[in-house]
Amino acid sequence: MPKDQGIGASTKRREDVRFLTGKGRYTDDINLRGQTHCVFVRSQVAHGRINAIDTSAAEAMPGVIKVFTAADFAGKGGVPCGWQIHDKQGNPMLEPKHPILAEGKVRYVGDAIAAVVAETLEQAKDAAEAVVLDIDELPAVVDMKAAVQGGALVHDELSSNLCYDWGFIEDNKGAVDEAIKSAHHVTTLELVNNRLIPNAMEPRAAIGDYSMASDDYTLYTTSQNPHVIRLLMGAFVLGIPEHKLRVVAPDVGGGFGSKIFHYVEEAFVTHAAKVVGRPVKWTCSRSESFMTDAHGRDHVTKIELALDKDGHFLAIRTETYANMGAYLSTFASSVPTYLHGTLMAGNYKTPHIYVNVKAVFTNTVPVDAYRGAGRPEATFQLERVIDKAARELGIDPIELRRRNFVQPNEFPYQTPVAVAYDTGNYQATMDKLVEIADLSGFEARRAESAKKGLLRGLGVNCYIEACGIAPSNLVGQLGARAGLYESATVRVNATGGIVVMTGSHSHGQGHETTFPQVVAEMIGIPEGQVEIVHGDTANVPMGMGTYGSRSLAVGGSAIVRATNKIIAKAKKIAAHLMEASEGDIELKDGKFSVAGTDKSVDWGSVCLAAYVPHNYPLAELEPGLEETAFYDPSNFTYPAGAYACEVEVDPGTGKVTVCSFAAADDFGNVINPMIVEGQVHGGLAQGIGQAMLEAAAYDENGQLLSGSYMDYAMPRADDVPFYKVDHSCQTPCTHNPLGVKGCGEAGAIGSPPAVVNAVIDALQRGGYSHVTHIDMPVSPVRVWSAMQG
Amino acid sequence: MYEFDFEKPATVAEAVAALGREDAMALGGGQTLIPSMKQRLAAPSALVSLTGIAEMRGVCTGDDAALCVGGATTHAAVAAEAAGRYPALAALAGNIGDPAVRNRGTIGGSLANNDPAADYPAAVLGSGATIVTNNRSIAADDFFEGLFTTALEPGEIIVEVRFPIPERAAYAKFQQPASRFALTGVFVAKTANGVRVAVTGASESGVFRWGEAEAALSADFSADAIAGLSVPADGMVSDLHGTPAYRANLVKVMTQRAVSAA
Ligand SMILES: Cc1cc2nc3c(=O)[nH]c(=O)nc-3n(C[C@H](O)[C@H](O)[C@H](O)COP(=O)(O)OP(=O)(O)OC[C@H]3O[C@@H](n4cnc5c(N)ncnc54)[C@H](O)[C@@H]3O)c2cc1C
Repeated sequence: MPKDQGIGASTKRREDVRFLTGKGRYTDDINLRGQTHCVFVRSQVAHGRINAIDTSAAEAMPGVIKVFTAADFAGKGGVPCGWQIHDKQGNPMLEPKHPILAEGKVRYVGDAIAAVVAETLEQAKDAAEAVVLDIDELPAVVDMKAAVQGGALVHDELSSNLCYDWGFIEDNKGAVDEAIKSAHHVTTLELVNNRLIPNAMEPRAAIGDYSMASDDYTLYTTSQNPHVIRLLMGAFVLGIPEHKLRVVAPDVGGGFGSKIFHYVEEAFVTHAAKVVGRPVKWTCSRSESFMTDAHGRDHVTKIELALDKDGHFLAIRTETYANMGAYLSTFASSVPTYLHGTLMAGNYKTPHIYVNVKAVFTNTVPVDAYRGAGRPEATFQLERVIDKAARELGIDPIELRRRNFVQPNEFPYQTPVAVAYDTGNYQATMDKLVEIADLSGFEARRAESAKKGLLRGLGVNCYIEACGIAPSNLVGQLGARAGLYESATVRVNATGGIVVMTGSHSHGQGHETTFPQVVAEMIGIPEGQVEIVHGDTANVPMGMGTYGSRSLAVGGSAIVRATNKIIAKAKKIAAHLMEASEGDIELKDGKFSVAGTDKSVDWGSVCLAAYVPHNYPLAELEPGLEETAFYDPSNFTYPAGAYACEVEVDPGTGKVTVCSFAAADDFGNVINPMIVEGQVHGGLAQGIGQAMLEAAAYDENGQLLSGSYMDYAMPRADDVPFYKVDHSCQTPCTHNPLGVKGCGEAGAIGSPPAVVNAVIDALQRGGYSHVTHIDMPVSPVRVWSAMQG
Repeated sequence: MYEFDFEKPATVAEAVAALGREDAMALGGGQTLIPSMKQRLAAPSALVSLTGIAEMRGVCTGDDAALCVGGATTHAAVAAEAAGRYPALAALAGNIGDPAVRNRGTIGGSLANNDPAADYPAAVLGSGATIVTNNRSIAADDFFEGLFTTALEPGEIIVEVRFPIPERAAYAKFQQPASRFALTGVFVAKTANGVRVAVTGASESGVFRWGEAEAALSADFSADAIAGLSVPADGMVSDLHGTPAYRANLVKVMTQRAVSAA
């Protein structure tokens, strides 16, 4: 019998009532008294020297309050990067200033040069057109390899466009080189992990507000982590102490990573609100989103896999160029390094691994974390090169993977790339995949496709990811400039209802439904008695927000801790009320009872006693029932799984159709199966989108070619099949109280290689044996062109 | 958007008069014009909506048995009302954009705009249709003059499009993955006078007729009849979604598929 509430129940998402009826409250829905509107004047060239900015005509236009340029931010800091990487030699990465408005140079199409604040949005737009720019266009660098081989300097003050040249782990390199030199077989693959534009449904928006009366600031913003914005913007950019700065991230319509980062527009509206003495609102247009939201991925990689004659993996060596864009976005530097290099072992026992990453500045918008962040890039290379090796060695691709799995009895498993997997069972998820994907029926389906003149292919891959980000002491050693714990306050009201203030932030994940399931289960009360509050630094203890599939594993663990403190105190109160010893009190189904007796007192009476302490042990116990806890994980969590995709290729046009997709995941324990499946579905659509459709493209002058939905192909419902998903293989995480691992990114991480593997398989079986790789997206033109040879 | 005036006349004559004003523009369904105004790429002084002109809406049969489609008829209306008499045309209209676009966008707007990847130009040229404006009739062969250019004079309104009904016809569209306009679309129509083949989406000079295929298909209306033909890649569009060689291939493949479907 499926449960109808608590842990394991598919409770319907309570937040959907407001989302689906248009009652959400997003940043753009907020209108403050006396609010002004702001429009940015953005660079139309990718690289140029600013000679002069004439704002006089714009300033004279109707409704204009002020036109800002970099001069108005003299003495203010730039937007900081949150993670310092050290290169092979131990030198810190190059870290150019990212000013709020361009200083001296523009560095990408969309770079903010000036901003108009006016009474109405239309007036601000009119005036923005009247700002006269005198800019000398400079040659742009777009290609990463050209950028490090003497192309134009993106930042004149830097010695090169190479942000860092990172080796991981430098001590492994000798053994890796040796193993590759002497191996029976080495498979080499050069590939591109295509650049993506996040396209959250809600574009970014921000409203700055300043109160002269109290000298404090409020920023409403589309953020996945309001406390991080408060810290970065307050401490590094504007110099506002945290007690004078409130950051609110209300309903947020999707982030996928792109709303983690601290953007210049947030600092702009906050500062401008004080200067003009009125609230300043900015809402990004969709075209502006394409140009200015941090993009994702954009890696160019060469990977080599060495194998012995039986197909055992001996060593992996990679060299990757990672695009940083024109400035370092908040977590840009960590994505191709610690979120990517640490995952290069995959699900396999490869004794020697060395990862080299060259991070490069180019005249493009900054690139940063995007659903999966580094882990999809690692998975794609590894699972593509394994497939290629299998073909070269004539070993079945599933068998080759199984042969190299970390076996169930080998956990905890220390990889050669720093991380140690606590638990897993990769054979079990592969077995499950073979079953749900009906792999034994593939040949029959292939014959059916052939009758229609279509080439059918099967692609399989595994993935592992490091989630539950992250142990603070570990990431601190690796260069993170923040801790990555999470916080929770559980406030019990006098009549027994509970409000949980969490530092996690929900922007589609369903926390308002899932977190109450945990608390309700622990206490034994209805879920409806528990409410979640998030997204406001004035109400919530210092938290680090939501990304890296961390909310339940880290944020949920903080909630469990705080709830345990509540239960411990409530038991003391119950013991007093029943004149029993605390050690004899049991809590079950919302009732405290004395072991071995029929005495009991219910949850509500205990809560009431806490706030109306007439009969209460006041000498030993404070009144009230409210507890705060912080949780800092001792390790990452390691969700893993096996995915299978079947495609049909139309040989006349090169068009690929994804016919089926199956995902067998191990997320550890599952709180709400329906929400987990929803997360997997969304992730799969995103991964299939990357594999099949999406590509951010700049021309050689740095103009964005894919600047609208006319050219940037998002996956639509008819681009993806009905999925078969399974999460019944569960090896609970060993180091967090819920035994959970995180499920938010798996689909996006695990699906691209399955799609490409399937396309290559279709072509190979169809007689196109010269096609061993096609870069994503595997669009019709690319597939057809590859088939022509 | 910049400020503009809005008029909704009830007759063609009133519309023509209203369009006499400097920088006034006709408004069909607004599916192309309004987005470009929102992006401040178009700044008409006035919009003259054509959708209130009763004689410009709907599908009927002309004296010569042609299918007459009013210039302000939506794609959805063509999909529904032409299905019985000209299923190939109805199917084309029913596959333009999405339901919102089809219930607003009009045939006149699509033809006047002459987007090189639009679907209707293939049907009009492939059918050998006639474009009737407020002051003349223009044969399809004389109407399309390259990317976003037509034989229309400033202020001239497409009042009606007359399609002779072919014996067999079909439209085969290969969608551009992002916009779902035609990466290449081929309309094939077989009449007593021979076969017409019109190709949209592929060429740098807009919709065109593939003469060689027309000759081969007039002799033998089968996909095999053009197996040995090819169009040169020269002059085909090159963009993110297709190389010239790829588009040249699609011209042939889509023609064959249209013939098989007709
Ligand atoms: C999301 C989306 C998807 C689309 N997909 C497709 C597709 O797959 N295939 C396709 O072919 N098209 C597609 N379109 C375009 C659509 O078909 C439009 O309807 C068409 O391009 C313009 O028609 P309209 O009536 O909206 O014209 P409008 O936008 O109103 O006008 C366009 C131009 O035509 C002029 N005009 C309008 N009516 C007349 C007239 N009767 N006489 C003279 N001039 C006139 C206007 O002045 C203007 O210059 C799509 C559009 C959108 C927004």
